[in-house]
Amino acid sequence: MSIHDLSVPIAVPARSWRDRLGSIVPILVLAPSLAASFVYVFVFTGWTLYLSLSDSTLLPSYGLTGLDNYASLWSNRRWNIAYTNLFLFSGFYIVGSMAVGLLLAILIDQRVRGEAVWRTIFLYPLAVSFIVTGTVWSWLYNPVDGIQALVRGLGWSDFSFALTSDRNHAIYAVIITGVWQSSGFAMALFLAGLRSVDPDLVKAAQIDGASVVRTYRKVILPTIAPIFLAVAVIQIQFAIKTFDLVAALTRGGPGISTTFPAIYVYDLMFQRGEIGEGAAAAVMMLAALAVVLVPYSLWVVWRRRAEAGNG
Amino acid sequence: MAELAAAIDLEAAAASRRHFWSRFAIYGLLTVFAAIYLIPLLVVVFNSFREQAEIARDGLISLPKTFRLEAWAQAWSTYCIAGTCQGMQRNFLNSLWMTIPATIISTLLGAVNGYVLSKWRFKGSEVLFTLMLLGVFMPGQIALMPWAFVLGKLGLTNSTYGLILVHVVQGISFTTLFCRNYYVGIPDDLIKAARIDGAGFWRIFWKIIIPLSPPILIVTVIWQFTGIWNEYLFGVVFTSGQAQPITAALVALTASGTTARSYDVMSAAVLIGALPPLMIYLFGGKYFVRGLTQGAIK
Repeated sequence: MSIHDLSVPIAVPARSWRDRLGSIVPILVLAPSLAASFVYVFVFTGWTLYLSLSDSTLLPSYGLTGLDNYASLWSNRRWNIAYTNLFLFSGFYIVGSMAVGLLLAILIDQRVRGEAVWRTIFLYPLAVSFIVTGTVWSWLYNPVDGIQALVRGLGWSDFSFALTSDRNHAIYAVIITGVWQSSGFAMALFLAGLRSVDPDLVKAAQIDGASVVRTYRKVILPTIAPIFLAVAVIQIQFAIKTFDLVAALTRGGPGISTTFPAIYVYDLMFQRGEIGEGAAAAVMMLAALAVVLVPYSLWVVWRRRAEAGNG
Repeated sequence: MAELAAAIDLEAAAASRRHFWSRFAIYGLLTVFAAIYLIPLLVVVFNSFREQAEIARDGLISLPKTFRLEAWAQAWSTYCIAGTCQGMQRNFLNSLWMTIPATIISTLLGAVNGYVLSKWRFKGSEVLFTLMLLGVFMPGQIALMPWAFVLGKLGLTNSTYGLILVHVVQGISFTTLFCRNYYVGIPDDLIKAARIDGAGFWRIFWKIIIPLSPPILIVTVIWQFTGIWNEYLFGVVFTSGQAQPITAALVALTASGTTARSYDVMSAAVLIGALPPLMIYLFGGKYFVRGLTQGAIK
């Protein structure tokens, strides 16, 4: 439906001033937002792309040096750790938050009492910033004051939970905290999906004598498959952009063991005065996002067309 | 007969036993998870009321034996962050004066944009909508240097106005997406009828669209408010010291207390930083979840 379809059946002699003004009002209203979005999306991205190919160091500079910044980025051990961490974190974080979210959604779906209370409890971390979550969990992981000290105090004297002070395991502290923060969000989306399943379908399965587990596995979960993909894509985005959580939880440490691309960009640009290389790292983040989002968007468009074709 | 009745009884008893245990398992698991989710919050709440001496003696995770509000007062107005001893109050107010206008402006823009893109489509409007959507996916890092330059040129470095500008521009894609997807569901006939009656662009917006909008505006406001309040990257890059929003100040505060960690004051500071979005979530969360799952994220 476009504005051209909204023909007014009353006889209008000629297009009056008012009409003509009226037809450009929508465009005038949209224009500032469009301009801002255009600058933000295209000009800013282009700008950073250019900086990534330039010889900028402490200040932006516009002499082109080709792919030098990328070469120096990829030859840096710290960047490689950051990229490995990103893969490790994304994998565990997505699987973890989806698994916990799905379990919680299925539990709540069993017609439990006080559903709203459970939901509120599982969702509240979503309202809290990664800064707050990261700060509080950094205390809980602290071996002297946190969970380890508590459990040892209870008598289990060699209990160990000092993830954040151990460079081989600190990344798991980030994963656990991330899952804690975001599984409620996955739960909310899964629960909505479970509620949208056709009740007749479920009833039919039950009449056929299928157990609850079998009904979920064979009937309910397959019908909400698209939600799994949507949740995964949203979580991957969070994972790639992760900055605040690490900044508050481990500050990239111990050593450089929990460095992430987002932390790396910030560090290069604003702490070390390597703007060109920082821009290259930012472009790599965008590339990682595009690898995930472009195929997903194409798939969504294809599915909508297919549905429209069938309907 | 009696045998049959007994068999049915046995079966019924077995079924009700099974039912009991499955219910027990469901509530048991829910309780375990609820504890995992609530304990970190309870730990900070308790510690903000305990004496530091008690925390040092009994550990961070323990039930409170004392109750006092001094830590809150200190965190609010006298605690020292990076050499200045005025607590978090400036940063809290910065966040408030940044979040409220940015939320209102971006929501209003999203509402009119969504209205145009769903009810006043023109040639190419779908393409423009898709381009605006790209903003949703942009990582903030890619815009850091350009923003630094633009804010510098506008004289808005180290100011709340600068952050408002950044958040409004960044938020437009989200708010437009939310509102547009919601307005698509409003029947076009309603608009057509209003036009036949002679209503123009703005009249239809105020008299028809806005009265139908509360569900989506609530979602958008909650989304923008929590997002902007909780944002850290732009805050820490574009502002410093007293001009920082509360998230950046919180990191500065907890990082500076490495020698003698006063968990009581830091806990109160953490809660001060977490309270506004938590309140919004507690009062509006019901609508938020409903809206989010009904169409905001599609």
